[in-house]
Order: sequence, then C-alpha cells, then structure tokens
Amino acid sequence: MTRLAALESSFAHAVLDAGAEVPPPLVRKAGGTPSRRFGVYRNNVYKSLVDVLAGRFPVAVRLVGDEFFRAMALVYVEREPPRSPVLLDYGGGFADFVADFPPAAPVPYLADVARLEWAWHAAYHAADAEPLPLTALEHAAPYAAGAKLTLHPSLHVVRSGYPVVTIWELAARDGEDEPARLPADGEDALVIRPRLDVEVRRLPAGGAAFLYALRGGATLQDAAATAMTDASSFDLAANLTGLVASGAIVDIRVQGLKS
Amino acid sequence: MASGPKANRPIPPRAGVGLKAQHYRDILETAPDIGWFEIHAENYMGEGGPPHAYLTAVRERYPLSLHGVGLSIGGAGPLDKDHLARLRALVDRYAPSLFSEHLAWSSHDSIYLNDLLPLPYTEETLATVCDHIDQVQETLGRQMLLENPSTYVAFAETAMTEVAFLREIVRRTGCGLLLDVNNVFVQAANHGFDASAYVDSFPAEHVGEIHLGGHAEDADDDGSALLIDDHGREVADPVWALYAYALARTGPKPTLIEWDNDVPDWQVLFAEAKRADAVIAGTRSAAA
Repeated sequence: MTRLAALESSFAHAVLDAGAEVPPPLVRKAGGTPSRRFGVYRNNVYKSLVDVLAGRFPVAVRLVGDEFFRAMALVYVEREPPRSPVLLDYGGGFADFVADFPPAAPVPYLADVARLEWAWHAAYHAADAEPLPLTALEHAAPYAAGAKLTLHPSLHVVRSGYPVVTIWELAARDGEDEPARLPADGEDALVIRPRLDVEVRRLPAGGAAFLYALRGGATLQDAAATAMTDASSFDLAANLTGLVASGAIVDIRVQGLKS
Repeated sequence: MASGPKANRPIPPRAGVGLKAQHYRDILETAPDIGWFEIHAENYMGEGGPPHAYLTAVRERYPLSLHGVGLSIGGAGPLDKDHLARLRALVDRYAPSLFSEHLAWSSHDSIYLNDLLPLPYTEETLATVCDHIDQVQETLGRQMLLENPSTYVAFAETAMTEVAFLREIVRRTGCGLLLDVNNVFVQAANHGFDASAYVDSFPAEHVGEIHLGGHAEDADDDGSALLIDDHGREVADPVWALYAYALARTGPKPTLIEWDNDVPDWQVLFAEAKRADAVIAGTRSAAA
C-alpha cells in the first residue's frame, strides 16, 4: 500500500468509527488539538448524511420527531454508509432498516411510511415517459389475447397492512391537530409521476397484485387472474381505466401489433 | 439566438449562483438579470423528472457551470469510472461552459464519505492528483478547474505549501484553478496564516472562477474561533473584503455565491449575487 493509501485508509476508518484513535500524522495548528479538528470531519460526514435522510423522509421525521429520527438515521448511516457519490440513490434500504429497528417498534407503520416516501423520491427522479391517453382504451387492443402493458418508469407500488396513504396524508398536512380517524384496513399505494408532479393514490382491491404481475411481464389476462386470486372483487375494467387515468400506462402491446 | 443549449458560450465575468430546486420557478418566472448558474453535478444524476426539466429550461436562458463534489480526485485509488462516465453524460447533455472539482478526496474502499477530506501535500499526492486530472480532462474533452479546499487539520508529512502544490498541478496538467475565497479565509483562521498573503501568492493568471460562501463559527479547544465552511448563510464581511482584494489581482472573474444549506428565498440569494456584481464593477472602474 502506498503512503497516501495508508493515510486515507486510517483517516477514513477513524471518521467512520467514533471509537477509533485519531490518525497519528495530524499536527497541531493554531488553537486546536488534532482530535478537536478531526471531530469536524466526523461531524460533517454524519450530519450531512443524516440531513440527506431527514430531507428524504420528511413525514417519518414528523411522525417520530426530529430527535428520534436523527438518532435512528445515525445508526443507519453507521451500518449502511453510502456506496456511491450519487446520493440520490442513498436510503433505499432505510425502510427495511426501520422495520427491524427495535426502538421504532411502538410506531409499527413507520417502515411503511418510509417505503412510501422512498417510492415518492424514486418516482421524482425516475426516467420520463409520455403516458397513454384515456382514448387508448377505446380500442379493443387492451383486451386482446396476449396483450401486455408497459408501465410508466416512475410507477411504484407500496403494499401495507396499515392505512399508509391516510397516515401519510395526515402527517404531511402541516399544523392540523384534529384527531385523525384512521381506517381500520390496510391501504396499498400507487406512486407515480406522469409528468412533473408525483401523485400518491390508493389502489383498489387486487390492484397491487395486478401491477406486480404486469411488471413481472405477465399478459393482461394472466395479471387479471393473479389479481382475482388476491382479491375476488378485482374489477379489471375499473382498474385498467384507473391506471390509464393515472398516467400509469405508456404502451399497450398485442402480439405482432403495437397500439 | 437559436434555441437549445448555448454551447461554448463562456461564463461572463459576473456573479452567478448555485441553482437550487427551491428556486426553479422563481427563476423561470422572473427571468432575473444574473450572469450564470452553477449546479452540483451529482444532483442531476437521476434519470429524469423535474430536476432535468427545470435545468433544461434554465440552460436555454443562462450559461451553466458544472461543479462536481464526488469524484474524489485526491483518492489514492483509481477514479470511479462509472462516475466519470456520468459526468461525461452531463457534459454532453448540458454543454456547460466550465467544469470544476476539488483538491480533496471523499471515497474510500467503495464507501462515499460525503465530505471533502484533506490531503498531505507530498510528491506522491501530487503525482496521484495529476494523473487523475489528466484522466478527467481526457474523458471530458476539456480543461477543468481545481478548487482550493477548506481544511481543519494539517499533516506532518506535508512538504510544500498548498499554493505551491496547486501551481505545480497547473504546470503539469494544464488545468485551471477555482479560487474559493471563503476557503482561504477559513483556512487562514484555522491554521493561523495570513489570508492576503495566500491570495498574493496564488497564481492569479490561472483563476477561471471564484467561489464565495458563508461559514459558521465554532469554538476551538482554546476558546478561539474555529471556522466551518458550511455554505449555510450570507458571505461574511471580511470575506467580501478578501474577495475585493483577490479581484484586484485576478481582474473580473465569474463569481459564484454558494448557499447550499438553509437555502434562503430567491431574493436573498439574488441580493448576494448583486453585491458580488457591484464588487466586480468596482474592480473594473478602479482598473480603468
């Protein structure tokens, strides 16, 4: 290892591990000891990454408070520091981490809210595509045997055993303190950015299973069958209309044909 | 002028500001008389969405400078080729008039530390940094500007001054320099040297851009001020004075107001840019 590589290695380890010794080649300058000065880097690294997460999960911050959120985010940063300088990609594992973070257990829906917020962030930065207009359903093509749908690249589905969309809406609304009356049932969310604005909608029964199947490459008929197994009340025509109206469909392909 | 990115239009020797998502609409609706905008490259490495839509619209109206914060040019290991390719794609797409990065490192063993970490100024570091700058300039097909850092520690093995180190990098690679006046001020306070002497020794003829940002004041061990380069407030008055002093040496240069944390309303940021424009105008009339 070169001297520079060795120095950076010891420096990086000391930044990441608060219990580590300050790397020895530092010299005292002006009024500060090396450990005081080195602390600036430790603080910058952790604070900036916790700030990134707090900015990315604002509703989770509101649900548990800034202090709790930052303490939790700090543990995440220690366990899963970023692996890329593109911090837009950082935090994809945060919801799973929250789900397994024991101190957050009293807020059991927190992980699902974090999933919804990550989906919002991912949709915001996803590739652009022009959604199909509602008139696309006036043709018989969508219902032809073997038809397949291409979903919008920004589309995300979040399934939850909690009323996650309602919780997210109530918490995202600033300053309203009237007691929230939450639905008893879980909600599945469709998160999508058809053009410039990200939209969050509740999916009807079977809608999430339908979208998962479509994304997996299933034909419309097979996806509808899967959705029917998931929820016997699944309504293909209503789901299809709702998806097109949401801007969720960018193409309908029939074998050998293109709509 | 034809629509579309104004390729190769140089950044004018005026003030510009960092482009922030909070200000996209203000800028497009009010069409402020401002020289140019700078973006952090890494914030535009998503695939699509509002950042690219607004940047495209801003780029049609103003010259653009691309400022990287994550390339880790001072990293002992090889440069991240994927990241270089992402930078290249942004350069191809938006045709910025300037590209700049930092004399610092930020990645180690695939972990990205999200801070601009300090380097010992040795022959070995010099060779590494120059190799990396050569690679950047070759990949991007253009000259880059290298920014002087803010540092809080010093290394025992450092064998040359920062300015001598920067001069040698310029000589070997042909890159230009981005003079961050706030960084000079912060370092001078933290390391106990004379900021104006640093500016006097800086190779003014290679300065392609100047940065001005705010800093925070913390307490050092002995109770004296420890300055933190946080880009979270107005530019401090003594930094404005040092800026005027630097401009007298460099002549009018594109000058960026950096305000990246606790981002204020557009009018507050724009007022800082107008203040920088006034200093530049003062330099011009003094020279006339």
